[in-house]
Amino acid sequence: MSELSEIYQEIILDHNKRPRNFGELPESTCSADGHNPLCGDELTIYVIVDGDTVCDIRFEGQGCAISKASASLMTLKVKGKPLAEVKEAILEVCDMLTAQEEPADLDALGDLAALSGVRQFPMRIKCATLAWHTLKAALEGNTKTTTE
Amino acid sequence: MPTHAAKPFDSEALRSDFPILKTKTKGGPLAYFDSAATAQKPSSVIEAIHRFYSQENASIHRGIYDLASEATLAYEKARETLAQFINAQASHELTFVRGTTEGINLIAQTWGRQNLKAGDTLLLTRMEHHANIVPWQLLAEEKGFNIEVVPVNPAGELEMDAFETLLKEHPVKLVALTHVSNALGTINPVKDIVKKAHAAGALVLLDGAQAIPHFRVDVQDLDCDFYAFSGHKLFGPTGIGCIWAREEIWKPLPPYQGGGAMIQRVSFEGTTYQDAPVRYEAGTPHIAGALGMTAVVDYLTQWDASSLEAHEHKLLEYATAKLQEVPTLKIIGTAKEKVSVISFVMDAAHPHDLATILNEEGVAIRAGHHCCMPLMRHFGVAGTARASFAFYNTEAEVDRLVTGLHKAKDLFNV
Ligand SMILES: Cc1ncc(COP(=O)(O)O)c(C=O)c1O
Repeated sequence: MSELSEIYQEIILDHNKRPRNFGELPESTCSADGHNPLCGDELTIYVIVDGDTVCDIRFEGQGCAISKASASLMTLKVKGKPLAEVKEAILEVCDMLTAQEEPADLDALGDLAALSGVRQFPMRIKCATLAWHTLKAALEGNTKTTTE
Repeated sequence: MPTHAAKPFDSEALRSDFPILKTKTKGGPLAYFDSAATAQKPSSVIEAIHRFYSQENASIHRGIYDLASEATLAYEKARETLAQFINAQASHELTFVRGTTEGINLIAQTWGRQNLKAGDTLLLTRMEHHANIVPWQLLAEEKGFNIEVVPVNPAGELEMDAFETLLKEHPVKLVALTHVSNALGTINPVKDIVKKAHAAGALVLLDGAQAIPHFRVDVQDLDCDFYAFSGHKLFGPTGIGCIWAREEIWKPLPPYQGGGAMIQRVSFEGTTYQDAPVRYEAGTPHIAGALGMTAVVDYLTQWDASSLEAHEHKLLEYATAKLQEVPTLKIIGTAKEKVSVISFVMDAAHPHDLATILNEEGVAIRAGHHCCMPLMRHFGVAGTARASFAFYNTEAEVDRLVTGLHKAKDLFNV
């Protein structure tokens, strides 16, 4: 099960079981629904942006361990961060998941590095990127997005 | 079709006919439980296609030379073989298409376009594959007819009382439903449905994609009006399938696609068309695919169908019992009449994760909505994990599935 332990690292399993910042955020200033038409998984991201800071973020929806953990890790990464930094993180993670080469500096990603195991499972990459695409859509004022 | 006595079920002999079952995946043998998506192919089918392209290839219908006339005969022989296989009254009642999807689209665009209008009702069911929903929605948008949906009970069976009420309360012109549910395995009581629909003046289209791989289909006995199926789910090639309708239904129908072969005479003043089935086979068809289908029927009819069915039924019962022992696992679709398809969900793990974990064990299952989003919504899930069996599967393979599921449970319960 060596490859399996790459994709289902402890951090992923933990965030799947106890997703952080899970639930609705009624006072959100923007939100978006993400949909993966391949599997039917759905995710909503709620964000409170104040000035140019992502003050709060929560997510809810149905999804596999990868999409749930990815969303959960994402909320920890971007909460309280300036918008520019958040947008940078979105690019960085999507790049890490889809680039041909292994990322050079995984450590710099902190806990998010746990998502890199997904790279070896091409059919699952969209599960990992769903939350990030949805956050991007929310910040850009789109209320719906898909992984297609 | 061979006339000699059919061979009884023999797992080893059957399995040795399917080369892919000898391949290795993840360092071990492949346990293939996705035959409902596409079935594996016996060597005789693969060889028929290889032989066509290496020795027999020519286009059909218009060539004078030997190869072309032989290809034409072989193509028409395939039609005859398949027509006999489903006990059609005549081979020209059967049109070659790309698969079930195209078959249904063809009927929607010809019979549907001619017969369904505002004020009419088309009856579908909640368990339809998108292939038997979307073609009708596209047409309904244009024609303005009404679509009603027969509900499904918690076991995944059609609500027959509701069906009869819908039939009574609406001017139903066509009932289009799946013979067997791809997502649940439910075998629908189609003979009863046909009888009731006919009594109400409606025609019946059956989506046979998931039925014909599991048991023999006799369209005259079913007494339906249209029957669609795909070659690739019936151990044949992709890109070929059939749509059957009785001769008198084809007769007055307009063309579907225009092009070569389907015409009698073309002029800029006006063009005339061939009769069915050639009328519906514009362009160069999938000749190798049709020949592959002859090989499929020859292969399947070597075997005693009831003994293959009995094996599948035993597998279904065995797997159902074993899966029910897996903690937190819930089977979706517990109809009394089922083919060997089991959909399930597990509290511990999402279907996608299950599929990934099982893949590491060399076990291939499907996870997702199975192109049945309305049905998934009915059961309150985004998707399920689905193991679908064919006669080449074994109890030992089922054991590997079950072991993998226990591993998944352990992994996610940390
Ligand atoms: C019940 C049912 N109908 C229709 C289809 C569509 O078949 P095809 O993709 O071969 O056209 C399928 C295949 O998934 C099916 O299971």
